[in-house]
Amino acid sequence: MPNAPQPLLSVRNLKTRFFQDEGTTKAVDGASFDVFPGRTLGIVGESGCGKSVTAQSILRIVDRPGRIVAGEIVLTRVDGSQTDLVKLKANSREMRSIRGGDIGLVFQEPMTSFSPVHTVGAQLIEAVRLHNDVGRKEARRRGIEALQSVGIPQPERRIDEYAFELSGGLRQRAMLAVALSCAPRLLIADEPTTALDVTTQAQILDLLRKTQQERGMAIMLITHNLGVVAEMADDVVVMYLGRVVEQGRVDDIFHDPKHPYTKALLQSIPSIDSVPRAKLPAISGSIPHPFNRPSGCAFHPRCAAFMPGRCDTAEPLPVAVGEGRKASCFLYP
Amino acid sequence: MTTGNGNAAAQKSVLLEVRGLKKYFPIRRGLLQKTVGEVRAVDDVTFFLNRGETLSLVGESGCGKTTTSRCILRAIEPTAGQVLLADNGAVLDVATVPRTKLRSLRRQMQMIFQDPFSSLNPRMTLLDIVGEPLLVHGEGNAQARTDRVVELLRLVGLRPETMRRYPHAFSGGQRQRIGIARALALNPRLVVADEPVSALDVSVQAQILNLLLDLQERLGLTYLFVAHDLSVVKHISERVAVMYIGRIVETAPTEALFTSPKHPYTEALLSAVPKPDPRLRSERIILEGEVADPAHAPPGCHFHPRCRYAQAVCREKSPLQQEIAPNHFVSCHRAAELSLRGVARFGSRS
Repeated sequence: MPNAPQPLLSVRNLKTRFFQDEGTTKAVDGASFDVFPGRTLGIVGESGCGKSVTAQSILRIVDRPGRIVAGEIVLTRVDGSQTDLVKLKANSREMRSIRGGDIGLVFQEPMTSFSPVHTVGAQLIEAVRLHNDVGRKEARRRGIEALQSVGIPQPERRIDEYAFELSGGLRQRAMLAVALSCAPRLLIADEPTTALDVTTQAQILDLLRKTQQERGMAIMLITHNLGVVAEMADDVVVMYLGRVVEQGRVDDIFHDPKHPYTKALLQSIPSIDSVPRAKLPAISGSIPHPFNRPSGCAFHPRCAAFMPGRCDTAEPLPVAVGEGRKASCFLYP
Repeated sequence: MTTGNGNAAAQKSVLLEVRGLKKYFPIRRGLLQKTVGEVRAVDDVTFFLNRGETLSLVGESGCGKTTTSRCILRAIEPTAGQVLLADNGAVLDVATVPRTKLRSLRRQMQMIFQDPFSSLNPRMTLLDIVGEPLLVHGEGNAQARTDRVVELLRLVGLRPETMRRYPHAFSGGQRQRIGIARALALNPRLVVADEPVSALDVSVQAQILNLLLDLQERLGLTYLFVAHDLSVVKHISERVAVMYIGRIVETAPTEALFTSPKHPYTEALLSAVPKPDPRLRSERIILEGEVADPAHAPPGCHFHPRCRYAQAVCREKSPLQQEIAPNHFVSCHRAAELSLRGVARFGSRS
């Protein structure tokens, strides 16, 4: 599939930091990537890699004491104009219309993202009315339609139920209905299936794929599950401790990984089609605490290809390692 | 280590046998808390566990796998059934032994928990945490206990110098190692591990799985592994039992279960697992609907409302367990005639 010439969202050198008493955490430290219409970008990484903070930065919902300190997040609007989200005020009218309007969001934990004291319908109708100039009745009709479109049975009844009355899978569908109710052009899904069983996960992933085909929206899928990424993504960004270490097409990343971290990660995951009870090549050590960020390339203490005097002194910059792909590693000059 | 022994031949080395285990939770309503129904969390579960092997219980949330494991440890009282544990030539029924005898029994059965953050007391040092089982069971004096803790920490790959520190100083993977050291303190024979790696980062999961395999080899441990992640299960177990709404629907040696499943639910579960290879985006079997409420389980085969092969008989009669291949047990009316799809035999990852 040829890339659309114009990315829908373009993130350039994004830096988000948390200023705490104990020190400054560089949660996102110079991330750059593009999201194209109709395609799915998978952002993969383990805890502390900055994948969720990246999503929060795009939506401008980074909690204090976090702040975007540098970079651009350029969104191409419906009329073709470009808006740098970093320059907008987080609570400005324009940002509020983008958040939930142009960009929809689905969180990991649907239980905590719904209000427990309002019905699903009330929250859905609120979202519809916030972004569309419609009456209560029309909003409710659209709400029921939205619930139906995500495969919730008996939407006329479900709309008046509370989140706790729904099962995990239905709750995640309802969450998706809220996000889709305003026809976003970009859907950010932050670990949308992590709390679900595999069979329910398969249903939700299938639903995401169908919705994308119907509406042609872009999806930014944030997950630690490499299986989900392989299944869903067109393009992949691999992050480690706030940095993008590698990015490229999904097939390249999985079949010809360049960065030692990507390689090690792919080898270390148990796969359903591997030989039973064989030892896995594990990555040694654990992810450092953000306050003890290693010098140079942050992965060097765990890296199999560590070059003393090089990797621990300077930070590698992203370089092209093939068509449409980049890696940040001194192995590639 | 062999993958699944012959049934009769292995009889001698059976460590644990669970027969007709049931756990019903009453549903109480109203002012007088009258019992109006029951949740059949575990409904007639039977399986055995050989010495030195790993059996995994898999299934979706609410299928009763955790409840089963808790009944075996008698952390909760089973409603009916037997939990027979071989104990120095004798056989003890854990489900009915008097409470006073439980403590000595629990020396032989220990547990590794899912969440390495909430399962360690933040106010206790490593020495206290790992040494507590020794203290509770009156093992040795303070010096002997400290020596044992040092030994245990080395065994799980932690530096003994850190034993005066508190859990907060350790990462998730290291904390899970602490939990494992605590479980091994009393030299148990059976270790029940309830989702021991699901809370860990992917790069750390492999370390803990390798450690568990390693310890099993060195100490001859028997594992009952409770998990929902089939990739992890495939990696650690010799045999797998699949549960659905309180019942075991299929039990088989790992390779057989994954390559030639005999129960439609197993087939659907295997097909739902996302494979870490974009070239394998296969036609998935998407199960319609949701797991039924165990308080109102469907009649006949519990799985029939979601089963694409269901026939009239499945709605009426509960299927009996049959041995369809050596050591491969399945509860499905149509097991013999169906040819179901498993996963590829060997890794396609290069």
